[in-house]
This record gives sequence, structure tokens and C-alpha cells, in this order.
Amino acid sequence: MTANDLFIALPELFILGMACLIMLIDLYLPDNRRGMVSFISVMTLVFAGIMVMRWQVTDAATVQYAFNETFVRDSMADVLKLFCFVVLGAIFIYAKHYLRMFKLFQGEYYVLSLFLLLGAMVLISAASLLTVYLGLELISLSSYALVALDRDNRRGSEAAMKYFILGSLASGLLLYGLSMIYGVTGTLSLSGISEMAALASNNITLIFGLVFVVIGVAFKLGAVPFHMWVPDVYHGAPAAVTMLIGSVPKLAAFAMAIRLLDNGLSPLQDQWMGMLTVLAALSIIIGNLVAIAQTNLKRMLAYSTISHMGFMLLGILSGTAQGYSAAMFYSIAYAIMSTGAFAVLIMLSRAGVEAENLDDYKGLNQRSPLLAAVMLMLMFSMAGIPVFVGFFAKWLVIQAILDVGLLWLAVLAVVFSVIGSFYYLRVVKLMYFDEPETEVKVTAPADFRFVLTINGLAQLLLGIFANALIALCVASF
Amino acid sequence: MSVHLLSLLIWLPILGGLAVLAAGDQRPGVARILALLVTVAALVSSIPLYTGFDGGTAAMQFVERMPWIEAFSIFYHLGVDGFSMPLILLTNFFGVIVVIAGWSSITKRVHQYMASFLILQGLMVGVFAALDGMLFYIFFEAMLIPMFLVIGVWGGERRVYATIKFFIYTFLGSVFMLVGLIWLYLQSGSFSILDWHALPLSLTAQTWLFLAFFTAFAVKVPMWPVHTWLPDAHVEAPTGGSVILAAIMLKIGGYGFLRFSLPITPDGSAYLDWLMIGCSLIAVVYIGFVALAQQDMKKLIAYSSIAHMGFATLGFFVIFAIMRSAADSDTAIEVAQGAALGISGGMIQMISHGFISGALFLCVGVLYDRMHSRDIDAYGGVANKMPWFAAFVVLFFMANSGLPGTSGFVGEFMVILSAFHANFWYAALAGLTLILGAAYSLYLVKRVLFGDVANQEVAQLEDINVREALILSVLAIAVLLFGVWPAPLIELMQPTVDQLLNHVMQTKVP
Repeated sequence: MTANDLFIALPELFILGMACLIMLIDLYLPDNRRGMVSFISVMTLVFAGIMVMRWQVTDAATVQYAFNETFVRDSMADVLKLFCFVVLGAIFIYAKHYLRMFKLFQGEYYVLSLFLLLGAMVLISAASLLTVYLGLELISLSSYALVALDRDNRRGSEAAMKYFILGSLASGLLLYGLSMIYGVTGTLSLSGISEMAALASNNITLIFGLVFVVIGVAFKLGAVPFHMWVPDVYHGAPAAVTMLIGSVPKLAAFAMAIRLLDNGLSPLQDQWMGMLTVLAALSIIIGNLVAIAQTNLKRMLAYSTISHMGFMLLGILSGTAQGYSAAMFYSIAYAIMSTGAFAVLIMLSRAGVEAENLDDYKGLNQRSPLLAAVMLMLMFSMAGIPVFVGFFAKWLVIQAILDVGLLWLAVLAVVFSVIGSFYYLRVVKLMYFDEPETEVKVTAPADFRFVLTINGLAQLLLGIFANALIALCVASF
Repeated sequence: MSVHLLSLLIWLPILGGLAVLAAGDQRPGVARILALLVTVAALVSSIPLYTGFDGGTAAMQFVERMPWIEAFSIFYHLGVDGFSMPLILLTNFFGVIVVIAGWSSITKRVHQYMASFLILQGLMVGVFAALDGMLFYIFFEAMLIPMFLVIGVWGGERRVYATIKFFIYTFLGSVFMLVGLIWLYLQSGSFSILDWHALPLSLTAQTWLFLAFFTAFAVKVPMWPVHTWLPDAHVEAPTGGSVILAAIMLKIGGYGFLRFSLPITPDGSAYLDWLMIGCSLIAVVYIGFVALAQQDMKKLIAYSSIAHMGFATLGFFVIFAIMRSAADSDTAIEVAQGAALGISGGMIQMISHGFISGALFLCVGVLYDRMHSRDIDAYGGVANKMPWFAAFVVLFFMANSGLPGTSGFVGEFMVILSAFHANFWYAALAGLTLILGAAYSLYLVKRVLFGDVANQEVAQLEDINVREALILSVLAIAVLLFGVWPAPLIELMQPTVDQLLNHVMQTKVP
């Protein structure tokens, strides 16, 4: 380990140090000064962002490896990390309001979230099987604890237990797969695995290992048929935690898929393409169909996540640079959309009651036109209607699979995106066409409303000025 | 200035719409006046589009081209030719009409109503002006959002059903076009529509592409048998929504056939022209009979719209039948003339139908504002109480049934004449519309306007006010003007029509 290694991993080390520091500060803060924790956490993200941007890697020539090639800093890693910071910063501001409302405002939320972020960053930068697993477990353990944050809530505890058991099973399966890959190739380094696998691409043990790796990735993404935990966890966890689980870990899971499947096992592309095709098609079909039947917004968003992850997998399964950049665009766009949708849910919640029933959205346009407009943009964006960013995401992945000749999959995807648009339209219908059932004013702190407005407008602006984000994603591969 | 004229026409209403939105719910008067100012400004700004338009060339004019998404060579590429220029003028004309029509009848959330229409107007101009496939698709789809809200918020009793049906129907149609557009990009490496016009494609590819475009545009037109969303949407929409839907949005389907299907897939179009001609003739004849049986005034006009748009699509696609049937007998010049008649006739029909159907929906709106019923049986003897209004209604329904001297006659006559070049029976079936159209139009006029005053409510009706008289007179003048003197419009699009025909006659199969 040299000083240069530490420099390459500087943002990670900074987050680690700050997470520990915040844990300490929190111990000595009186309850009325707790807002400080939130502020320091957001500033931590700002500085980490500056560190990444100051020494940002923008092309293949300047890729940096550290710690004996177990850690890599490339263009994709830096872009994804920056978006993790942006999304998590917004989440911290949303969460402060939520945690205060539900009397959960403890430093733990911020510390655990920062550890989750650290795990995500390690996973995004992983260059060896060990780092992949390390990052993944750091994300998982933090999120198990976060789901049970409201420990007196039965639904939350049940969700945490379910998440823990299924998550451990998935981690076990992944580890099993990784061990087989290690057994065949004799190396933990992803680039080394790639070289060795090219020589043994028909090796049955290797393919067996691949199956378990794909299962692990599918579980983390929540792709059908490994999606069972998603609705329960989304529903059971406090909204501030659901918002977190739906964003940063999805960006990390995308990176994990790229690291393992492309950087590591690209010689087995023919095999994993077929597996991912099944996962993607099933996710798109089942996610969209089951979402229609939901009356609870959190569960509806959970199923919509499943279908979105199916769309994202379309980009990965194409196995081309264009497809990877499309999937990257998709996961970034999705993280921003989903964060915004949960923020609207939080804003509509009242002390102790989450606004999770669809009927809570009736007549929102009369109660708060701005909030309704933000939700309208988010819903149309998720439905994939231009000119919102969700459309560009869908367009790019469909273009990627058409490019590799999977016309039937493209047709299936667009048809189910039409079917899926129905449940987003239903939210818009409730907000705009129905009369409100209550006249209670919708209120939130100014910083909350400000960030939420930006979040809503981002749907529009990232669409109209999609060029910049598309260029970033294209340059990453 | 003129360099960015099209951008101005797109973004002025959209930004104006956002400004109206900012006026807020508390000040409906401000929202109305601001909306009127914006639409009038848009209409005035589109005058240079007409005066500066060179009618002697088929090339794109007022072209703007800027890179937009560089990684996939998507350009912000705008331009107009003889097809799109008149449609943009029509759009901006109806922008003003709609704001005035909703002046006093819309009382709920006025600012959002006006803003929706302004944004919609900008997006529709964008559809007609876009020369980049992705840009076109984005305007084409984004248009659904304001219309969805207009029907859903300010519509009638079954508005939710109608608006979701409208949205899902048109969305489903257009996603197949999206797949087609992406496929074309992968073949050509460009999203430019003009590049696609020159792209050689095999017959199989053209056939599939044609079907992809067909699903999008046939739903929009709408053609039989995918027309079922239109009566629902029209009936439930507020007057302004019906007017825009009938006058402009349906034209986007027809325009799509001219801009995409015919030039990009000429061989596919020739191969499947029986489908288009068949569906068009069924629309003209069968939907005409359906219209005869309606009890609801708006539904009757909606069905009549479908029948009239059937004429436009018949005119566009009968050209292939003309070329085939004329191969041995007629001279080449006659063939070209017959085919040109079909396409210009279809265009004239679209524009004339824009004026007439818009006017008819406004007339129904006038009655609905007073009696809150669209049911034909609720009326009777209205002419006794509203003589001025009755005069307008009779004129517009006469135009709707194709009376010579009105614009409705010109387009239908040109298309029927063109159909004679192809096949006597096409023309004969299409000609039935003159009987059917007159039947359902006059039957409605008789039941609603004439006879004795039917009931107490009708007896209390008041004649149209100045505002209503103003918009109906403007439309009446337009209908009569294009009826007696359509030549400027025909000459304007002649080079574009000729170029399209020359292009379509050459096979693109490599």
C-alpha cells in the first residue's frame, strides 16, 4: 500500500472518517441541536463530491488502480459516485423532515446511510471479487439495520427480518458462485478472471458459478423471480429508508453487474445474455402487471421498481458499450425519479401517518399545485413519456437491444411500458381529476420544498438537455 | 429574426403557457388576457411564415439545425414545406379561437386550462415543423399530456374513462413507431427524416416499417377500425378540447402519412395500399351510416370527422391504384395529374375539415353552455329563438355535407375525381358520402333547429353574443373563402405534391 493508493481512494476514506466522526458527534449533541448531524452529513457529501470532481477520471487512458489492483477508479465509477452523492444529499434533506415527523430523528440514520454509501462506492470501484463482496455486504448490513430503524413498528421489523434472511441467502449464493469462479480461474482479480475465462469459456463449473453470480445480481436489483423481498421491504420500511434503498443501492447494483459480468465474465457473454433476457422480460411483465393491482403507493412503486430494473437489464444484456451506457443512464434517471416520488409521499405524510394510500393523493392539485405538478412530472417520467428523462432512458435501452437484433424483446418492452403507463396515469388522475377529501394544508420546511422542486424540474431539464448526461454515460464505456 | 421563426412559434406558446400558469388560480382574468395576448402574438408571428414562404420550391424552408444529442446524431432540426406550413397556420389560428371559446364557459382553474392549450399549441407546431425523427416523436408524444389533462379535468361525466382510453390508445399506437424510428436510425446512422427519405430499403423492411407508422398514424387520424377512442374523447372533452382534437390533432395523423409513410416506405405503401383504401372507404361509408344513428350531437360530429378524414387518407393512397390502373391506357401526364389531385385533395380536405369541424364543435359548445345537454332530443325549434346562430349552424353543416361553394366541397370533389382515375367503384363508394353526409347533417339540423319550440328551456334561449358571433363569422369566412377560391392553397403546395409524387413513383428497393 502506497500513498498513491490512499490518494486514489480518498473520497472513500473521507466518507469513512466522516461517518465515524458523525457517530461520535451525535453522542454529544443534545436533542434540540440534532439538526447539525444532517447538516454535517450533507456537507460531507459536498466535499466528497468536490474530491471526486477535482481528480475526476474522464477517459480510459487515465484509469487508476489501487491496492494491488483490487480497487479501480474509472470514468464510470466517478460518474456513478457523483450521482450517489447528489441523490443521497437530496435524501438527507427529505429524511430530516420525515424523521422529525415520525420521532425517529437519530444520528444512526445518517451514520448508517453514510456506511451504505461507502459500501456502494467500494462496490462501484471494485476490481476484484473480494472488493465486490466487501462493498455488497457493507450495503446489505447497513440497509438491514436501516429497515428496522422504527423498531417498535411491527411491519418494519417484519420487513427487516425478511430482508435479512433473503438477503443473506442471496449473499451466500453469490459467494458460492464467486468461489467456483475462483476455483476455475485461480484469481480474484476481475481482469485476471476475464483472461482465464476466455480460455475456458465452456468450462461447466465456470458457467455454474456464473449462474449463482447472476442470481446474486438479480436479487440485489430485485429482478423477477428474485423480487419477493422488494414489495415487503418497500412497504414495511419507513419511507425515508425506502427512498434510500430504492436509489443508491440500485446504482451500486448496476455497477456490480457491469464489474462482474462485463469486466470479469465477458467471455461468457453468450451464456449470461440468455439468463438476463429471461430475467428482464419477466421483470418487465410481472412488475408492470402486478403494479396495476396495488392500492398502496409504496407497493405500487415497489412493483414499478421491478419493471424499471427489467428495463435497465435490457441495456446490460445487450452486452455492447452502447447498451452499458444506456443502462447506466437508466439507473441514474431511475434513482432520481424514485427519490422524488418518495419525497412527495413524505411531504404528504402527517405526523405518524404515511401518505401511502393512493386515495391520499385525491385532489392534490387543489391542495398544492406545485406538489401536484412535481408528482405529475415524476409519474410521466416514470411512464416514459417525452420530454421527461424517463423517456430518454427507455429509448436508449430499446435502441441498445434493437442494435443486437432482439426485436421481439424491444416490442415486448414498449408494449408493457404502455400497460405500465396506466398505473402512473391513475396517480395523475387522482391528483388532478378528483376532488380532495381533506382540506389540510400541505406543509414542509423550505429546504425540503426547494430540493423537491429541483427534483421535479430535473425530470424535465435532464430530458430537454439530455445530451450532457448521455455524453457522460457514453464516455464511460 | 426569420431565421428562428419556427422556434419562436414553438416556444412562444409554451413559455407563454408557463407564464399563464404563474398567474395563479386567484386571478382568472389575468390568465385569460395573458393567454389571448400570447395566442394573438403567435398568430401574428406566423404571418411572416406565409408571406416569406416561397411557393415555387419543394425544398424545406425556414430551416433551423442545431446539434441536440450528439452521441446519436439527433438534431434540433426544423423546417416547413407546402404540407406543414398551412397546418402550422391552422394551428395558430385555432389557438386564438380556443382561448376565446373558453373565455366565459371555463370557470374552474382557468390558468391551468389556458396553460394546457398554450403548451399544446407549441407542441403541435413542433410536430409539424420537426425534421428530425426523434424530435418529431418527442413532440408527438408530449402532446398527449396536456390533452390528457384537458379532457380529464374539464371534461364531462365519463371524462376519466375517455381520457385514459385516449391516452393509452394513442400511446400504444406510437410506441411501435418509436421502434420503427430506432430501427431506421440503426440502418442509416441518422435521425434525419430527409435522410430517411433517400434510404434504400427492402420490401420486407418497408412493409414492417409501414405497419409501424400505420399503427401510430391510423390511431391518430383515426381510421376505422381504431377509431373508437375518438367519439368518447370528443363527447367528454370541453369545447376547446374537441375543437383542437378535431381541427388539429387528427391532421397530425394525416400529416404523418405524408411525411413518413409515403416517402420513407413508398414500396411498402404501394404493397399495402389496399389496406389503406379499404379502411378509408369503410370509414367513409360505414361510419357515415353510424353517424346517422347518433343521438348525441358531439358524437355525430365525431363520427362525421372520421368519415371526412377517410377522404384524406383515400386521397393520399389512391395514387398507387391510379399508377397501376393507368399503366396501359392513359398517358403519363394524366396519371400524374390524377395522382396529384388525390394528394392535394387530401390536404385540402384536411384543412377544410379543420375549419368545419372546429366550427361545428364550437356551435355545439354554444348550445351546451346554455342548456348543458348534447342530446339532440333535448332541442327543437332553436332557430325560432336563435336566428343568427341557426344561420351559422346551417352554413357549417352544409359545408360539412360538401355543398359546392364551401370548402368542404373542394377537397371531396378533388379526391373523388382522383379516385375515378383509379377505379370507378372507389369513386362511387366515396361519392356516397355526399348523400350520407347530407343525410346526417340535415337530419340533425332539422331536429335541433327547425320545427316548433320543443320545450320551456329552448324557449328561454338567447341568441349568440358578440364574442361567439365573432369567432363563428371568422370561421364562416374561412369556409366560404376556401370554397370559392382554393387556388392559392393548391398552388402553394403544388411543388411539394409534385416532388412527393416523383419520389413515391421510384422504387426504393435496392
